[in-house]
Amino acid sequence: MSNENTTAASGHPLFAWTLRLPIIIWQVLFFLGPLLFMVAMSFFLVKNYRMEEAFEFKNWQKMLTRGYFWDSYFLTLGLAALSTVVTSLVAFPAAFALAFKVSPAVRRWALFLLIIPFFTSYLVRIFSWYVILAESGVVNAILAHIGLGPYTMLNTKFGTLVGYMTLTLPLVVVLQTFSLANIDRNLVQAAFNLGCSPFRSVYAVIVPLAKTGLIVAALFCFILSFGDFVSPYYLGGSKPPTLPILIIDTTKSGQQWPRAAVVAVMMMITLITIAFAAITLAYRKRASR
Amino acid sequence: MQKKQSPESPNRRKLLKYGGATVLAAPYISRAWASVTEINMLAWYGHGEADVVAEYEEANNVKFKPKYYAGGDNMLALIAQSPPGTYDLILSDAEFVQQLNAAGYIEEMNPADYPFDDMLHDDFTKFPGHWKDDKLFSMILRGGHLGVSYNTNAVTAEEAQSYACFWKPELEGKVGHFDWHLPNLGMMSLYNGNGPSLWDLDDSKWDKVQETTTSLRPQVGGFFDYGGTFNSLKNGEMLAMCGIGDWITGVLEKDGAPVASVIPKEGGIQFTESYSIGKGSEKADEVKKFIQYMMSPAGQVKSAQMAAYPGFCVTKAGRAKLIEVDGKEAERSHQMDGMPNDPIALINDGRIHYRDIPRQQSLEDWNDYWSEYKNA
Repeated sequence: MSNENTTAASGHPLFAWTLRLPIIIWQVLFFLGPLLFMVAMSFFLVKNYRMEEAFEFKNWQKMLTRGYFWDSYFLTLGLAALSTVVTSLVAFPAAFALAFKVSPAVRRWALFLLIIPFFTSYLVRIFSWYVILAESGVVNAILAHIGLGPYTMLNTKFGTLVGYMTLTLPLVVVLQTFSLANIDRNLVQAAFNLGCSPFRSVYAVIVPLAKTGLIVAALFCFILSFGDFVSPYYLGGSKPPTLPILIIDTTKSGQQWPRAAVVAVMMMITLITIAFAAITLAYRKRASR
Repeated sequence: MQKKQSPESPNRRKLLKYGGATVLAAPYISRAWASVTEINMLAWYGHGEADVVAEYEEANNVKFKPKYYAGGDNMLALIAQSPPGTYDLILSDAEFVQQLNAAGYIEEMNPADYPFDDMLHDDFTKFPGHWKDDKLFSMILRGGHLGVSYNTNAVTAEEAQSYACFWKPELEGKVGHFDWHLPNLGMMSLYNGNGPSLWDLDDSKWDKVQETTTSLRPQVGGFFDYGGTFNSLKNGEMLAMCGIGDWITGVLEKDGAPVASVIPKEGGIQFTESYSIGKGSEKADEVKKFIQYMMSPAGQVKSAQMAAYPGFCVTKAGRAKLIEVDGKEAERSHQMDGMPNDPIALINDGRIHYRDIPRQQSLEDWNDYWSEYKNA
């Protein structure tokens, strides 16, 4: 079929809308609709464990004037940011090696192996860290052989970070690898030919060229960490609680779903703001000199 | 050459024979299947598991469909959000029965159907909230104690005789909390000397309870759900646990872990679980029969031995049966007359207080403080 035919077909408004429609319907039904309901719910009231439709600001006033809400908010923000930075830095050398230093066959196998952790339940993977990080666990047993420890790793922020990385690291490596592998090798070669050192070629050529993919990978890492309940609860000991734990706590006490909705809406606003900023940064063109 | 057919190998005739038999039998199989009565149960985890109900199911051609919850609030919400008659059988914490009744979620029961003349303690006969205007609405099934739970290698039996052991300097970062404000703050109230009025706190006593609890925060290593509590005690991450009792350490103890629970000198809290018949249930008779079974000696033993978490018998015949068939468990859980920590003796000595909800504050006030405490 000729290119003209393809263009004509895809250019037809009906055809274009047919292609767009499924995702639009999906997003409206399963994202926009629930989101609007959640916002509405944050104004409802609870009486005798039952939600009643209302339009009151009591839940917002109650949650936003509580010190523990803001403590949890900034803790969650900080931990997710830390997870994003650490995971991105840890993932980059691996992604770089997979993109530039190995054969395509090895890269394919490595990417397959990186996907394997997603075959098992995240909760099971988190519980398996108990055996490794416990004071009588594998890490401390190894450290004991060289006269170190034991160190407390479970029920700490370190434990939470390990959990976040369990969730996000394979995904970040995969996304970074795809991004780096798509760089035009001629540009990297040209940098070398013009006398650029290997280290400089990474930060002056490769990173800027892969910027969009690297930022998107970091953004995924932030979103997943920010909303994760399992790691801060089971590896961090809920000490102190993050926003997802606060949501659970709030629903458990008197079934205050509307107050939990306030926390959830605040999380959504934060994520939308950060995602918007990150996407803008990712696609911003460099100013020409 | 013709292949010789083994007598066991399938052939067309056999296929037709068995296939036809299956088709002809299908209506009978489906009828037999349909005659199994399904009972929708709302309960804490474990009550609908095979170790408790399988024998009864087989003998009575019923099948339990359990829906598990965690916490009385959660239970009330699940019922509130379901049409009447959704749950045939409701197992609830005793302190929430009153609210179930006030909301009209449970049916009246006939006291003559249950062994009230065989109760181990008078309190169990007219248990608070279970009766209204002399009418019975819930049947007490079992109980358990909450006190000091500890690792026996880190805390001595003498130290565990007071909640003060939670503040032991060697336990810094090693004291865990079961993540529910009610038992934890109840224990702090007992430690402050509020005794039988531990739930009935005026402003100054409530402030004092918060102050005492806050002073424990530097000792705290984490806040855990059932699984987390279990794991952290088992692997030694936590050496003492506030808010639980034998219902968790009992399971670990059976598994060989060096943990124990005691009722300290300041007193302990009893959790009590009761069965009610859901309002609008069309299987009230079957449910009544099951509750009668659970109140029988055999049912009481099943409940006491429950794999998810053990409990105390509430009938004399149940206790006697437990001693007869599982003396080891009866001894481990002190369910023997004359033992110093016999649950009934502890109630008589005034060292056990039934779990309740705050009288002068709302649950929300307690939860608010709990969230602040967790963030401190």
